[in-house]
Amino acid sequence: MKTPWTKSLLYVLLTICAALVLYPVLYTFFMAVMTPEDASAYPPHIIPKSIDLSNFTEVFDIVPIGSFIGNTFLVAGLTMLGQLITASMAAYAFAKMQFKGKNVVFSMFVATMMIPWEVTMIPNYLTIRSWGWLDSYQGLTVPFLATAFGTFLLRQFFMQLPKELFEAAKIDGCGHIRYFVSHVLPLSRPALGTLAIYSFLNMYNSYLWPLLVTNTPEMRTVQIGISMLEFQESTAWNLVFAGTALVILPSLLLLVFGLKQLVRGMAAGALKG
Amino acid sequence: MSELDNRISLPAARRRVSDTKERRTASLRVQRMRENLLAYGFLAPSLLLFAVFLFYPMFKSVYLSLHSTDPTGQIAAYVGLDNFKAVFQSGLFLQGMKVTLLFVLFTVPTGILAALILAALTHNRFKGMRLFQFVFSLPVVLSVGSSAVIWKFLFHPTLGMLNYLLSKVGIDPIPWLTSPDWALVSISIMTIWMNLGFNYIILSSGLQGIPDEIYESAKIDGAGPLVTFRKISMPLLSPTLFFVTVVSIIGAFQSFGQINILTRGGPMDSTNVFVYSIYQEAFVNFRFGTGSAQALILFAVIMLLTLIQFKWVERKVHYQ
Repeated sequence: MKTPWTKSLLYVLLTICAALVLYPVLYTFFMAVMTPEDASAYPPHIIPKSIDLSNFTEVFDIVPIGSFIGNTFLVAGLTMLGQLITASMAAYAFAKMQFKGKNVVFSMFVATMMIPWEVTMIPNYLTIRSWGWLDSYQGLTVPFLATAFGTFLLRQFFMQLPKELFEAAKIDGCGHIRYFVSHVLPLSRPALGTLAIYSFLNMYNSYLWPLLVTNTPEMRTVQIGISMLEFQESTAWNLVFAGTALVILPSLLLLVFGLKQLVRGMAAGALKG
Repeated sequence: MSELDNRISLPAARRRVSDTKERRTASLRVQRMRENLLAYGFLAPSLLLFAVFLFYPMFKSVYLSLHSTDPTGQIAAYVGLDNFKAVFQSGLFLQGMKVTLLFVLFTVPTGILAALILAALTHNRFKGMRLFQFVFSLPVVLSVGSSAVIWKFLFHPTLGMLNYLLSKVGIDPIPWLTSPDWALVSISIMTIWMNLGFNYIILSSGLQGIPDEIYESAKIDGAGPLVTFRKISMPLLSPTLFFVTVVSIIGAFQSFGQINILTRGGPMDSTNVFVYSIYQEAFVNFRFGTGSAQALILFAVIMLLTLIQFKWVERKVHYQ
């Protein structure tokens, strides 16, 4: 296995695979900097012959990319915050409190994880519409503010906190609320971080719900907005790709800086959840 | 009883025994009440949201599926099981089911196998592995919207890069998204690429979770890399593989974004997967009744699949 021959074979193999996986992304950035003539040339250029950065400014004139990105971050951020609050509170009740009907409520939470989101989609759309919440931030976020998965993740973590801590807190006259806010939450930062990344990515990537509840370009999120680009001017590929490049750039940066946290979060979901 | 409520006996209080006992039971009851109230206060936000956006819609779905609606979503008439009958008779359901199952078949085994091979190849301490790990995880942050737009141009019949590269090796251009024979294959290729990041990350962390000592003792016993992989990695990895399989199948059943952007269910319904036809029925044709009936069928199918997997597959899974 460790002979130089097999080792270089491994590298060649991995490089080919990496090139295949990477190419669609590189292609996006190559096309984004091409001049219109280069972008629609036949045969197509695999790598750009010229570099034209004006595409990035021009694309803002066609579609409101800025507000797409802003909307997406706002919606994903609000959902993340909401899920952290609701899930940590519910998880605390399940992990550290004793109350009537605990088992019933708990099995209700379990049951919610079995329901695919598509089943509730039509009634939820009708609800949001009847409240006049179409094309609004509350329509985009409120249905997703509670999470059963997140509650489980945090409950698991809260239960691992040592019992002695509670006894000490109790002797010091600490009640549930203060204990939760000033001890449990600060100690649970890794678990909260995992849930934060999870819910942010989920919301950032969601497509069907924003497609249903938003109509005006100003309220669209990135996922919908990006597909609006191709209908604008089908020949100006370089502009379409400049927009796409702008949209995927934030998430690529997120990957560069947060790969470790991301991997930890996903692994936690797979191996413990 | 939570830990916080365990009475701590402090020597300070010395009252008459019966008096203390009475006060104690009374204060205990008050405390219990207070804890009940507080607990439900903690649960209230989640419970309220679930009630409005999950439990109520579940019942509403069933209700809608038994009625016909006008285009604004108002109930027009009670129709019993007619919506379900209509779904089955129109062939829509069978077509959607066939396409969805094919899609699962195309994407799930290939996607997992590719990710597993890459995870196994990068699971060593050679130089530069970090870079490869980064590249193979990369698709995870690219959402379905942007990925589909990128691939739409890669698939372009004349100007697309894929056909150009094929022409370089002397293969005739392929009508990727325009021919009913190819459309589902094309969408599957794109989906496998899109899911690679997630599958790769999960399987790599699974591999990393296997202790080094096991590999070392296998090596001492003279096992080669392939034998080690088959006899040690695979069994110890089976819970992770199980998880990835369940998640991939359910994910494939719920695919929508790439279909909507790349083919809109066409050509000739060849990519009309289940969720896409629900979307069309409810939000393009405004038939909320039949849409709900289809959604409930999807619910039943996903439920059944999950149960089958947990009953049959899990038995063969090795837990440490």
